Amino acid sequence: MSKVTLNDINVSYDGKTQILKGLNLEIGEGELVSLLGPSGCGKTTTLRVIAGFIIPSSGQLLVDTEEMTKVPVHKRNFGLVFQSYALFPHLSVYENVAFGLKLRKMDKNEMDRKIKEILEVCDLTEYAQRFPKQLSGGQRQRVALARALVIEPRLLLLDEPLSNLDAKLRLNMRVEIKRLQKKLGITTVFVTHDQEECFSISDKVAVMNGGVIEQFGTPEEIYSRPKTEFVARFIGFENFIKLRRKAAQTYVAEDGSVFAVEKDGGQEECLGTIRPDDIQIVSSNDTGSNTILAKVEVRTYLGKSYQYELSTPIGRLVVNDGSGNLVNAGETMRIMLPSTKIVLV
Amino acid sequence: MRKNKFLTFYACLVFGFLFLPLAIIAVTAFNTAPTISFPISGFTLKWFANVFATKSFLSGFQLSFMLAIVATLIALLVGVPAAYALSRNSVKGKKLLKSFFLSPTIIPGIVVGYSLYQFIVLKMKLPVMQGLLIGHFLVVLPYVIRVVGSALEQFDFSIEEMAWTLGCGKVKAFFKVVLPNISSGIVAAFMLAFINSFNNIPVSMFLSGPGVRTLPTALMNYIEYFYDPTVSAVSVLLMAATIVIMFVVEKTLGIGALTK
Repeated sequence: MSKVTLNDINVSYDGKTQILKGLNLEIGEGELVSLLGPSGCGKTTTLRVIAGFIIPSSGQLLVDTEEMTKVPVHKRNFGLVFQSYALFPHLSVYENVAFGLKLRKMDKNEMDRKIKEILEVCDLTEYAQRFPKQLSGGQRQRVALARALVIEPRLLLLDEPLSNLDAKLRLNMRVEIKRLQKKLGITTVFVTHDQEECFSISDKVAVMNGGVIEQFGTPEEIYSRPKTEFVARFIGFENFIKLRRKAAQTYVAEDGSVFAVEKDGGQEECLGTIRPDDIQIVSSNDTGSNTILAKVEVRTYLGKSYQYELSTPIGRLVVNDGSGNLVNAGETMRIMLPSTKIVLV
Repeated sequence: MRKNKFLTFYACLVFGFLFLPLAIIAVTAFNTAPTISFPISGFTLKWFANVFATKSFLSGFQLSFMLAIVATLIALLVGVPAAYALSRNSVKGKKLLKSFFLSPTIIPGIVVGYSLYQFIVLKMKLPVMQGLLIGHFLVVLPYVIRVVGSALEQFDFSIEEMAWTLGCGKVKAFFKVVLPNISSGIVAAFMLAFINSFNNIPVSMFLSGPGVRTLPTALMNYIEYFYDPTVSAVSVLLMAATIVIMFVVEKTLGIGALTK
C-alpha cells in the first residue's frame, strides 16, 4: 500500500506548449482515484508522469515519502494497463504474465506458483498457452491486468483500460477491476473520459481541464456539488443562469426574477446551474417561489422521458420530463427550479 | 466480381513485356550457335560448362557474394539502430534525416559511383577491397533503414513501454520485445540489401581495381570481348538462385515481407 503525492508538476513540450500547469494531487493508501476529463486535458500525461515515461520540467512525484520524479521506468515497479493492452505478440499468455517475474531472478517454482495463481484469479487458466492473437478483447484485457498485477506493483496505473470493450463486457470488467483492487488493496490511478465508469469505480475523482485539476473529491461530491462551470458542464449540468446576490440564499437573475438557493456560497456574481432532470414542470397557475413561465421551442423523445428546449426570460433552458404529459412546441408551461437543486459556480 | 476482359488482356501484356526478355535470355543459354541469337539452332549445355571454366566469373561470384553479405551485415548493424532512433525519438529535423538517408536511392548510381571514386580512391587512397565494401555499404544502407523503419513504425510503441514498466531496461527491452517482432522486416531488409549489392554495377565499376571484379562487372567485361551465350547461362543460374531464395522466403515469411 502506497500513497502518492504530485507536487506542482509542470510538463511542457518544446518548452512552449504547457501540458500540465502546476498540478497537485494527493492519492491515499489503497485508494482508487480517477482522472476524468475531455481529451487533451492532460489526464494521460499525468499518468505518464507517474509511470515515468515523462520527466516533468519541474515538480515532484513522491510515493510514500520516497522521491520518484527521476527514477527510470524499469526501476519503479508500477503495474500498467494500456487502452491497447500492449500484450507481447510473440509470447503466450503464460509467458506474457511471466515476463516481469523472469526479470526479478525468482525461484522457478515460486514463479510458476505465482503465475498460476494470478491466471486463476483473472479466470485465464485455460488460455495459458494461447497467443494474444487468439484471444477476445475481454481476455486480452484480463491478461494485461494479470501481467501488471503479478509483479506485485506499488501502484496500479490504468489508462482507459475499458474503452476498447463492448458495453456489456465493460460493465463486467469494471466490477472485476474494482473487486481485484479492493482485494489486493493496491493504490490505483484510473484514467477515463467516461463519467459513468469513473463514478462507479472510484473512491475519488479528479476532474481535469487544460492541464490543471478543476475539482478533486468523492464521486458524490462531484456529481452533486460541482465547483466550476467546466466541471458542471462536463458532468451534465446543462442549464446556466447568470445570478447576482441580493440577500442570504436569495439571488436575482438578469430579468429581475428572484431565486431562492439553499447552498449559498457567498459570491456576489455567479452562475446558477441545474440538471435538466431536476427542473420540475408545475401547473400553470402555480406562481410560488422559483417558478417561471417558459415557451417550448423543441421537443425531443429520449426513451424514458421527453426533453424540452425552452425559451424563458432568464435564457434557454433544457428540461427532461418523464411524466408523459406532452406539451407541444409553441405552447407555454410553468417550470420550477428547486432551491435545493441549484448549484452556484 | 465481374471480369473485365480488357484489363485481363492489359495485365497479360504488361506481364509478357516484363518476362519475355528473361524467357528469351533463358532459351538462348542452351543455343549451339556461338553468339546470343534467337531462335536457337540446337540444344547444348556447353555454355554452362564454360561458366564454371571461366575464372573471372568464379572469382567474381565469390567476391560479389562476400561483398553483399558483409556490406549487408554492416548496414544492418548501423541501419537498425538508426531506423530505431528515427522511429522512436522526436529528433529535430526527423523528416530531413529520413530523406537524407534515402537519398542514395534517388541519386543516379553513376553519380554515387563517381563521387565515391573521387573520395575513396583518389583522395583517401584506400585499398580496393575496403573501397568496395564502403561503397556497397552506402548503397544498401537506405534499403535497410527504409524497410526496418517501416517494420518499426508498424510495431506498437506501447508494447515496448510496457516491457519497461515490468522491469526491463531499454536495451534489454529492444532485444527481448522489439527484435522478435520486427524479425520479418529485418529478413526482408537483408534480402533487398543483398540483392542490391549483388547486382550493383555503377559503384563496383568505379571502385574495382586490377584483378578485383564483382560478378556484374566481370559480365560486362566479358560481353565486350565475347558475345557468346555464356552470359545467358550465368543469367539463368542467377535467376534460378533468386527463384530458390524467393521460394524459401515465401514459405517461411510470406512474400508480403518483401513488399511491405
